[in-house]
Amino acid sequence: MQKLLLRVLISALSLPAAAVDMQVSGNIDAQWRVFLHDASLPEQHDSYASASVEPEFYFDLGNGDQSITFTPFYRKDQYDDERTHADIRELHWQGVFDEFELRIGISKVYWGVTESIHLVDIVNQTDAVENIDGEDKLGQPMIRFSTEQDWGLLDVFVLPGFRERSFAGIEGRPRPPFVIDADAAVYEHADKENHMDYAARLFNYWDNWEVGLTYFTGTGRDPESYVPSAFNTLGQPIAFAPFYAQIDQLGLTVQALIDAWTWKLEAISRQSAAQHFTAFAAGFEYTFVGVNESSTDVGVVIEYLYDERDDLVTSPTQPAASPFQNDITTAFRITLNDIQSSEVLIGLITDIDDQTVAAFIEASRRLGDSFKAELELRSFSNTVPASPLDAFRDDDFIQLTLGWYF
Amino acid sequence: MLNKLYITALFSAALCLGGFSALAETSQEKGLAIAVEADKRDTGFGDMTANMTMELRNKQGDSSIRYIRIKTLEVTGDGDKSLSIFDKPADVSGTAFLTFSHALKPDEQWLYLPALKRVKRINSNNKSGPFMGSEFAYEDLASQEIEKYTYNYLRDEIQNGIDCFVVERFPAYEHSGYTRQIAWINKAEYRPEKIEFYDRKNSLLKTLDYSGYNQYLNQYWRASSMSMENHQTGKSTLLTWSNYAFKTGLDDGDFNRNSLKRAR
Repeated sequence: MQKLLLRVLISALSLPAAAVDMQVSGNIDAQWRVFLHDASLPEQHDSYASASVEPEFYFDLGNGDQSITFTPFYRKDQYDDERTHADIRELHWQGVFDEFELRIGISKVYWGVTESIHLVDIVNQTDAVENIDGEDKLGQPMIRFSTEQDWGLLDVFVLPGFRERSFAGIEGRPRPPFVIDADAAVYEHADKENHMDYAARLFNYWDNWEVGLTYFTGTGRDPESYVPSAFNTLGQPIAFAPFYAQIDQLGLTVQALIDAWTWKLEAISRQSAAQHFTAFAAGFEYTFVGVNESSTDVGVVIEYLYDERDDLVTSPTQPAASPFQNDITTAFRITLNDIQSSEVLIGLITDIDDQTVAAFIEASRRLGDSFKAELELRSFSNTVPASPLDAFRDDDFIQLTLGWYF
Repeated sequence: MLNKLYITALFSAALCLGGFSALAETSQEKGLAIAVEADKRDTGFGDMTANMTMELRNKQGDSSIRYIRIKTLEVTGDGDKSLSIFDKPADVSGTAFLTFSHALKPDEQWLYLPALKRVKRINSNNKSGPFMGSEFAYEDLASQEIEKYTYNYLRDEIQNGIDCFVVERFPAYEHSGYTRQIAWINKAEYRPEKIEFYDRKNSLLKTLDYSGYNQYLNQYWRASSMSMENHQTGKSTLLTWSNYAFKTGLDDGDFNRNSLKRAR
């Protein structure tokens, strides 16, 4: 199977197989999502099966100094036409030179330190149909220049081409009570999705302190608001298009390791024509190593989340709200350190103002040498009308994923 | 620098004592002298690359295999830098650890998670935790600097037909899972043949046996097999080393966060 894929790829790219060293890895998964309450909308279903494939083809063009990486992704969903989607996660050339590295093509970049929210991470668009935790990203076209010197690690990005956020389709779940038509996106800038964006990050560390400074200018990855894009016969909007504004965003990450404590801070200041706000997440992870003389580690994660924006929004056409305007995350990370690398992260994000609770469990365990089972639970309770999380009030779900890795 | 001063001071103290009695080398001084000689003989390798197969076995006889590639850069006056890259199991393929080890200051360690493209700083208070579910703790695989322990020479002993010094050593760094270790050091080559690890209650926890030693560049001895047996759980881990290469031309630029992200 792997050999067949290799041959197909070699002939497709007309690359002489002997000239380059190629490695293939990746995974195929089957996933079941079961919702615990009846759907709030008639088009939705109670359970969804899906399957995805994400192979990675790596071509070494010479001692690892030059390489090409190609990582296509595809998911087929039983019902949701929007969650059935293909993406090129990576397709880039990378060159490593004496003083710098250069990467050209589609790639992924992660910025950030906190566990419950990813404020600073802005280079890649969120693949929101994959999961609602914001950790799955779409491939972003980029030119990345990177140099690591005594004064720090500097990354500079030129980002041609904007990726529109993916949104659940009519039959998809979870989704807001209205349909978001991702393809009908509206842009502030006349260049629309062809606007050239720029980003940079400077990182350094001193013993147990790590500091990162980030800057982004261009088309904001989060829709700032939504505009009606389709109407019923009475003239009422039935679908909305995301509005992408031009933004400038400054970000800061700080991490300090003091004994068993890891202190973390992520903060941003974002400015657009309509909004200027700051937001931050700050807290710690404290790890009990080898509890009860076992090899199990238990980490306690506490993070306070602040966002200057209100958490209530009465209409999708208003500037976006953040559900995490004054919230506390409390979580436990249990790491068994066993042969199967079993891990559980279980926690709550509690809103201090209106007591909305978002609960989550993420557990994983290797089965044999090449399979992995993952269990995920998300639940939303005590939501108040007009809170962004209210759209998920009937969408508590359990997700089981079985992945084969090769 | 400080470490060197410390050692010099110890030696001066030993010499002074020697003034009073030529036979006054204490067991602590002899233990330290053995460690210093072992360190001296392993100095100057520059850099090293090797492949490691890690076989984890439980009491029932089930086993699981990990493939890891290791690159090490010798740093004079400080602990070594190392990069460990996982090839198997497949779900962690591409995961990599970057470690800057130090004598007494905590090691600096970063983990790269390829699925998220995320670099995570690892809190070094987990030294005593198992490395990838194995019977090796992080501290067992860390670079062994003289200053990481205080020493006490116990006796000479024949171990598997090899004439050895038996030296007790006590971790001087924080967060160790051990009260002490007892090492059997080959008298002719100053390389470890066996180490016993005693847990925080001072009970025998694990035994590490080295075998299949080969000498590289006419100087550096490396074992091809390291077997760690946990006496309390019945589990064991066998490390099998291959493709040792020295002075391959690695430099600082191969051991930074960018090289961690592109490690493969």
